[in-house]
Amino acid sequence: LYAEIQLKGAGMDARLIEELEKICGGRVVTDAHALRTYESDGLLHYSVAPPVAVLPDSVDEVRRIVRACHEALVPWVARGSGTGLSGGALPVEDGVLIVLSRLRRILEVDLANQRIVVEPGVTNVEVSQAVGPSHFYPPDPSSQIVCSIGGNVAENSGGAHCFKYGFTTNYVTGLEVVLSDGEIVTLGGKELDRPGYDLLGAFVGSEGTLGIATKITLRVVPVPETTRTLVAYFDSTDQAGRAVTDIVGAGVVPGAIEMMDHLSIQACEGATHAGYPLDAAAALIVELDGPRAECAARFDEVVAICENNQATGVRVAQDEAERQLIWKARKAAFAAMGRVARSYYVQDSVIPRTRLPEVLRRIDELSEEFELKVANVFHAGDGNLHPLVCYDAEDPGQAVKAEELAGLILTACLEVDGSITGEHGVGVDKKRFMTKMFSEEDLDAFQRLRCAFDPSQLVNPGKVMPTPRLCGEVPGPYRQHPLERAGVAERF
Amino acid sequence: VIQERPTSSAEAAEVMRACLSEGSRLRVVGGQTKLGWGHVTSEPDVEISTERMGRVLEHNAGDLTAVVQAGVSLKRAQEVFAEAGQMLALDPPLGHDDSATIGGIVATADTGPLRHRYGAPRDLIVGVTIALSDGTLARSGGKVIKNVAGYDLAKLFSGSFGTLGMLTELSLRLHPRPERTATAALDCDGPETLQRASSALAHFPLEAMSLDVVWGGDGGRVMARLGGAAPEPRAEAAVGLMEEFGAARVIEDDAELWEGLRSRQRSEDGAIVRVAGLPSELARISRAVDGIAGSVVGRGALGVLWAELQGDDPQDLVGRIEELRHHLDPLRCVVLDAGRGVREKIDVWGGNQDSSVELMRRIKARFDPQGLCNPGVFVAGI
Repeated sequence: LYAEIQLKGAGMDARLIEELEKICGGRVVTDAHALRTYESDGLLHYSVAPPVAVLPDSVDEVRRIVRACHEALVPWVARGSGTGLSGGALPVEDGVLIVLSRLRRILEVDLANQRIVVEPGVTNVEVSQAVGPSHFYPPDPSSQIVCSIGGNVAENSGGAHCFKYGFTTNYVTGLEVVLSDGEIVTLGGKELDRPGYDLLGAFVGSEGTLGIATKITLRVVPVPETTRTLVAYFDSTDQAGRAVTDIVGAGVVPGAIEMMDHLSIQACEGATHAGYPLDAAAALIVELDGPRAECAARFDEVVAICENNQATGVRVAQDEAERQLIWKARKAAFAAMGRVARSYYVQDSVIPRTRLPEVLRRIDELSEEFELKVANVFHAGDGNLHPLVCYDAEDPGQAVKAEELAGLILTACLEVDGSITGEHGVGVDKKRFMTKMFSEEDLDAFQRLRCAFDPSQLVNPGKVMPTPRLCGEVPGPYRQHPLERAGVAERF
Repeated sequence: VIQERPTSSAEAAEVMRACLSEGSRLRVVGGQTKLGWGHVTSEPDVEISTERMGRVLEHNAGDLTAVVQAGVSLKRAQEVFAEAGQMLALDPPLGHDDSATIGGIVATADTGPLRHRYGAPRDLIVGVTIALSDGTLARSGGKVIKNVAGYDLAKLFSGSFGTLGMLTELSLRLHPRPERTATAALDCDGPETLQRASSALAHFPLEAMSLDVVWGGDGGRVMARLGGAAPEPRAEAAVGLMEEFGAARVIEDDAELWEGLRSRQRSEDGAIVRVAGLPSELARISRAVDGIAGSVVGRGALGVLWAELQGDDPQDLVGRIEELRHHLDPLRCVVLDAGRGVREKIDVWGGNQDSSVELMRRIKARFDPQGLCNPGVFVAGI
């Protein structure tokens, strides 16, 4: 039945829109002009105007909207702040867009237990603000001022500090989720180790395909006693790469360790005047945070390692202002690239850290072969590369070449046992590469999870999986164990 | 019970496929150190042992990652990782002859004191290979430490007690082994002091490896273990934080102390109940366990506590466990170690009132439609 609906396309039912208006009053958008706000997320290459967008104000409204879609067999997509970089919140042309930005209450701050409970529209930075100055929320995607926690949960967002601190999935302890049939379930809670499957682990990072998180419980941690930051410059990315390997190999776990190549340095320095030498081939930002005694001991070690790897200069931030300046250049990387290219295509691949030199050489070769510049910024600690393939969008030939080049970079990363995405997600942008990373059997196993959560396949269709797949009925009878009926162990 | 001992993921998947065609119920075993956990079930038709899947397939020291077969013992794997000054940051009790395997530890989501800093198995696995009951061999995640491609089945399988399929290989994130350690310890005479001292440490950015509390009878202790290049001044700082609660001290030679702490998560002949609590409930939980003549060990900043109840009369133990659950409701109390006599008379998981139980059943039905994988052992009889 669902298959049929999807094939012919359900279209937008006037009765459904009426129902949505009953639920949300004036917060239903059907005006074509107004809907253009929602036609893309942070990945502007893709745009689909949704026929209708709704802005619920409460969990109950979300539940009723989802329920109405389920009854009308209309697909839907949830959207937070729309900063995602893989098209995960791209609307579907015959579906409803559920915009969660009005659900932005901080429900509870429980510092005694180092927890905060928020609605999905709360921004990442608001979480840290709500638990500060004593505590903070570590995952820090560079869009943190605007991106929503709901979106972070969907994408399992990382950031510059996740090598030491981990990702969103390591900080979510509880979720309230609206499933595709409108049922509300609670996964986990404030406490850890509730019995049952780790559904939190399955849900976080599922790119909005399993349901909508309407209440999110997060773990927060004490703000480190001290933070020390340096930037070292090198004559080659190889040397900088070796410094990273030596630092990590020495047992140092930096709060952040970020690398920029020559082209990125030029673009960022031009934009921010942070004082990076324009002739440096590579810059390495190393930030240590933690207990004062530990940082002091480690920081000298890091400086020595940079010098041993022929750093041409090491600049140590003398105060918070200088630290911010060093970071300003790095954080400006994506925006600053506009100074050296009219358009660029961002990749988000991951490689084992030790394979960095060979992958960079391969990227250089490809760049020469395609006659397109590629700038590189990395989260070097965890091997997450962000190659920015520069091109001129006015020249249709270049856009095609840029996309091909970006694809070959992904292939090069997969050849060294890497991944096609470290933090941006698969969304629509990388789904065609899923078959390069995963077998049919792997994808089938993924589909089992998706179908358990959403047998109707109405939730964010067309994302993550390379080709549409149907759920079908569960094959064979599920044998009910007597415990399921009795609730106690009696089967022998 | 037919015994199968595959040597590889592919062989394991073949065994699974054969079980499906015969309709055989199967159970995967590793070191057999936690066979008594979960609901009492009937014997399976086939037992798949990972004893011949005990290899460390890759140790990529420069990347701080490894790939292991599920049957490798944690002890053996740690020996390999230690050669490069590294460790898998998991330290649950290893059971008889230290035979607990990484597969078994992940399947039961078992943890020890290191969880305070490094998390649970779910937080340290970056990829898995799984064999499903229809012979499907699938992979989720990968070998790199940062990866969001595809669904995270490693976490779904972590703590699933073998009810969704078999873990055959695991990709792990490793950590540097701290060069040196030191522990700050405070003896407490009341549960409130225990909670306040633990909280003082938890809210200070010590970056401790472990933060444990113990309570039993008339006394308790709070202990923070610091590791790294300069642990002693940090241990002194921890002592300073606890000064207002009593005379704390630094213990430099602390290996045995922590070995002893994790061993208290097991009981030879009594019962172990794991309480999913909260840091703000430490005192209340400690008093409730006192009330049933038990003792407590656990993670002060995480609120996860193991209560040990001594005694060999099943009826008495069941009564005490029920009393504990009654006092601590709605906190969940899961019975781990306990004799069959206890486990037959009680829902070891503490009931199935969670709203997500139906969803769990649907997941089971998708991954193991015929219900062949370790049926009945899990929550709600899954």
